[in-house]
Amino acid sequence: MAQPIIPVRTADGRLAPVPPRTTSRWVDVAIFAILGGFTYGLMRTATRWSAPLEPGTQIDLGAIHLPLYAAYSTLRMSIAYVISLVFSLAYAKIAVASRSAERVMIPLLDILQSIPILSFMPAVVLGMAALIPGRTVGLELAAILLIFTSQAWNMAFSFHQSLLTIPRELSEASTVYQLSPWRRFTRLELPFGAISLIANSMMSWAGGWFVLTASEQFPLKNLRLPGLGSYLQAAADAGDLSATLFGLAMLIGVIVLLDQFLWRPLVVWSDRFKFEQSGAADAPSSRVVELLQGSALIEWMNLHVWRPVWLWLDRTFGNAAARTRRFTLPATYRRGGRKAARWGLIGVGVALVLWGVVATIQELAGLPGGQWAHVWLSAGATLTRTVIALAIAAAWTIPAGVAIGFNPKWSYRAQPLVQVAASVPANTVFPILFVVLLSIPGGLNIASVLLMLLGTQWYVLFNVIAGAMSIPSDLREAAVVYQVTGWRRWRTLILPGIFPYLVTGMITATGGAWNASIVSEYVSYKGHKVMTLGLGALIADSADRGDFPLLLAGTLVMAAIVITGNRLVWRRLYTLAEARFRLD
Amino acid sequence: MATITTLPAPSHAGEVLLAAEDVKKYYGDDRSPVLEMVTVELRDGEFVALLGPSGSGKSTLLRILAGLMPPSEGRVLVHGERLDGPNAQVAIVFQSFALFPWLTVLDNVELGLLATDLSPAERRARAEQAIDMIGLAGYEEAFPKELSGGMKQRVGFARALVVHPEILFMDEPFSALDVLTGENLRQELLDLWAEHSIPTRAVLIVTHNIEEAVALADRILVFGANPGHIRVELKGLPQADRRAKNSAHAQLVETIYQIMTNPELDAAELVQQRSMTARGTEPKTGGSRARRYQTLPDVSIDDLTGFVQYLATVGGRGNVHELSRDLQMRADDLMALVEATDLLGLVDLQNRHVLLTPVGQRFADADLDAEKALFRQIALEQISLLRYVVRELETSPTHTLEAERVLDDLEHSFSSEEARRQFETVIDWGRYAELLSYDDSSGELRLDEEHRVPELPT
Repeated sequence: MAQPIIPVRTADGRLAPVPPRTTSRWVDVAIFAILGGFTYGLMRTATRWSAPLEPGTQIDLGAIHLPLYAAYSTLRMSIAYVISLVFSLAYAKIAVASRSAERVMIPLLDILQSIPILSFMPAVVLGMAALIPGRTVGLELAAILLIFTSQAWNMAFSFHQSLLTIPRELSEASTVYQLSPWRRFTRLELPFGAISLIANSMMSWAGGWFVLTASEQFPLKNLRLPGLGSYLQAAADAGDLSATLFGLAMLIGVIVLLDQFLWRPLVVWSDRFKFEQSGAADAPSSRVVELLQGSALIEWMNLHVWRPVWLWLDRTFGNAAARTRRFTLPATYRRGGRKAARWGLIGVGVALVLWGVVATIQELAGLPGGQWAHVWLSAGATLTRTVIALAIAAAWTIPAGVAIGFNPKWSYRAQPLVQVAASVPANTVFPILFVVLLSIPGGLNIASVLLMLLGTQWYVLFNVIAGAMSIPSDLREAAVVYQVTGWRRWRTLILPGIFPYLVTGMITATGGAWNASIVSEYVSYKGHKVMTLGLGALIADSADRGDFPLLLAGTLVMAAIVITGNRLVWRRLYTLAEARFRLD
Repeated sequence: MATITTLPAPSHAGEVLLAAEDVKKYYGDDRSPVLEMVTVELRDGEFVALLGPSGSGKSTLLRILAGLMPPSEGRVLVHGERLDGPNAQVAIVFQSFALFPWLTVLDNVELGLLATDLSPAERRARAEQAIDMIGLAGYEEAFPKELSGGMKQRVGFARALVVHPEILFMDEPFSALDVLTGENLRQELLDLWAEHSIPTRAVLIVTHNIEEAVALADRILVFGANPGHIRVELKGLPQADRRAKNSAHAQLVETIYQIMTNPELDAAELVQQRSMTARGTEPKTGGSRARRYQTLPDVSIDDLTGFVQYLATVGGRGNVHELSRDLQMRADDLMALVEATDLLGLVDLQNRHVLLTPVGQRFADADLDAEKALFRQIALEQISLLRYVVRELETSPTHTLEAERVLDDLEHSFSSEEARRQFETVIDWGRYAELLSYDDSSGELRLDEEHRVPELPT
């Protein structure tokens, strides 16, 4: 019954032949070392968390301290990710279980996804610090909460979508054979959603770095969390270029290591969950997984740790009162109690929403008309920048991505690189580019477009490459045979072929660009602040000055613009892409 | 494969295991039923077949009896007790096998036992026994994607039988397999059943294959469509005649063909004409069976024109049975074609013979333009839904129509799934007739001005 935690099967499902044990000794040692290091880091962090909060935590710029800072940051990311994962699974399950809940929950996700997280940073940090006064744990929780809000939504979306698309007969088989809720979840729902959940986890994790570094960089009454983000900020403040480069190298190193040791193996492992009835041609592979398969330690752990744990879990939860689902009886039989409870719930929901609306209006009412004009002017400026940034991104990534995607050798090499580039949070690179950018004419006004671009173009590039690769070779050959060349080749073959992918990439990039405006229109460097006209700058500045009505107005306007854009432009394009240009 | 000597208890003798009483099922608020007033009993020792064209609600009935969905009206009784959730006495073999691709054969089979109190060792032993019995030994550690279709369905059978179900349900279990594989598996199953190698007390199979029903069942319930209902109940052949290709066998197959190819006739009368014992349950016409539009068979224009042309090449007539064989089509697919061409007046169905009408002959001889013109004319005359759509387009000032509106209207008469099918068929036919165009992305129907028909027949 147990699923081995590390894959030991070949792509076609047979047990892999036991590899020779010649290289496995040092692999075992390495695993041991990693586990040891991890435990140490965990203990170190735990003692720090309960420590009293001291203002002005000093960031040591010595490179020797970098691994510890990296460990702090990674731990924050991991905790936030685990919470996001649990949240996503639960949220999707609830939404599927109840039709009426779904009608509220799924649009809510859409809205949450469009809200700029960074503008909530001051409120969250202050709130959490106040909630657990005197301890750093409050600040830690604030950072984790912010990372969570950047990771959870798309994962919940993906799992919800998976649950909805489970084949009917498989679901019926689970019911007929009376699988308990736990077993239905572990045997059917989780495996079915695994591949898409892991793909979305990778995206979430990449996006999480941005919020993590931003929240570590965020100075509030001189409170600061130690981590890679604060290290980079301190290096920038001190104007220490070598420390900045060291920090950046460490960050990229962590991203690459996690990709190789966590995500790639997970992708390989999850290939078994591909829903197909016949064997696939090319399964993903990972060097690390091949190496680990030879490890006696891993095998021992599979047999003596994971398997017993899994069996115990399955027995405990799986056998627990397999309460079979009963039909809801026709309306006449329905008890009044349930109905009352439902209306009560709806009442509470409506009351909460009303209260929120009233409170918001009250807060906004205090804002003078001139301020509103300023908000809309800023919004216009940022909108212009976003559009320009996206246009530039599309202009260079479409030809480049298609060239890469049409060449199997290049795309094989380029894809992991682009993935890493997309993960590196743009705000950490700003300090390096800053001196150069400020000297170009137009100052930050122009430079912030480039900073936005830096963070968002990779999504587009990544998707265009994937789109170009998805164009079937017989279509390309047909284009050659019928001499469809030049612009006509673009119009009839390439652009329609990559269109769905391009739209997906642009949607992600747009959201990213608005979020990035908060850190790119308002930058602090060597102790002084530089800002330009823009909604991002308005949000960052009002947060800094504690001007909450203005902060609220800016945030709401930004969320409204993003949502409107999604509804009016992107969703329509997406539907069009799905209906007309899907090639499978 | 042993010859059958021991026979199960004669039907109608055993205790009633499972019963549906006045079961009705409808979707949506307008209560257009997919299944109407069905009463069936399943008794100890019986092998019952539910036979009918697609859309006749037989799979729906199976799911209601299995407790996978509640009936809208009426009730299901298990040993006399009302069923209000999944039926614990039942195991199902599915058409698509419904195997978990990420579990091995052994794990898939054990799945059925997880809900029992058995210890892991006992579970494994029983699963291995079932795998052995069904001829899968050696495949325990394989994943479904490594197996052929026949082997996959064996896993499906092993998973169903391992739980020792009181009643075995099969939903078109052999229709996804090639003919020989299906035949082979069917015989093996029949042997297990006849030899009492399995503790199962009754079997219910859903099928659209007449031969299959005759080869297997003690009792055959023939379903009709729109809405789904039981047209007639037939007694199966004695065990000895089921495999033999003798006259009793041929006669029963023939009778059922006749019933199924004449959906409008009273099945009980037909049976009586053929001097068979039968109990007619044909509901009275009228009431909720009346519809605003006739049901368009789910047939594409290509198949439709191809069929008429084929008929012309073979002399303008053909036997349903032979046509099905020569065109290598499933019986119900062929029936849909016959029904569609009959609806258009291109063919005539007499007994089991399809005859090309003079119009049909003209249609087959015409070149593309003439063929389309002819189709346009007869489709408008015969197809009420198409006539309605074109008239609506005519009267609309912009000569356009929202697809939603047509669909909404159709949903008064059909389930939403069937409504969509009807809509797609009428679009397909209307486009071919060059009466209308349809833009899927905007969901808009538009009148084809060039071929406007000035006066519409009513």
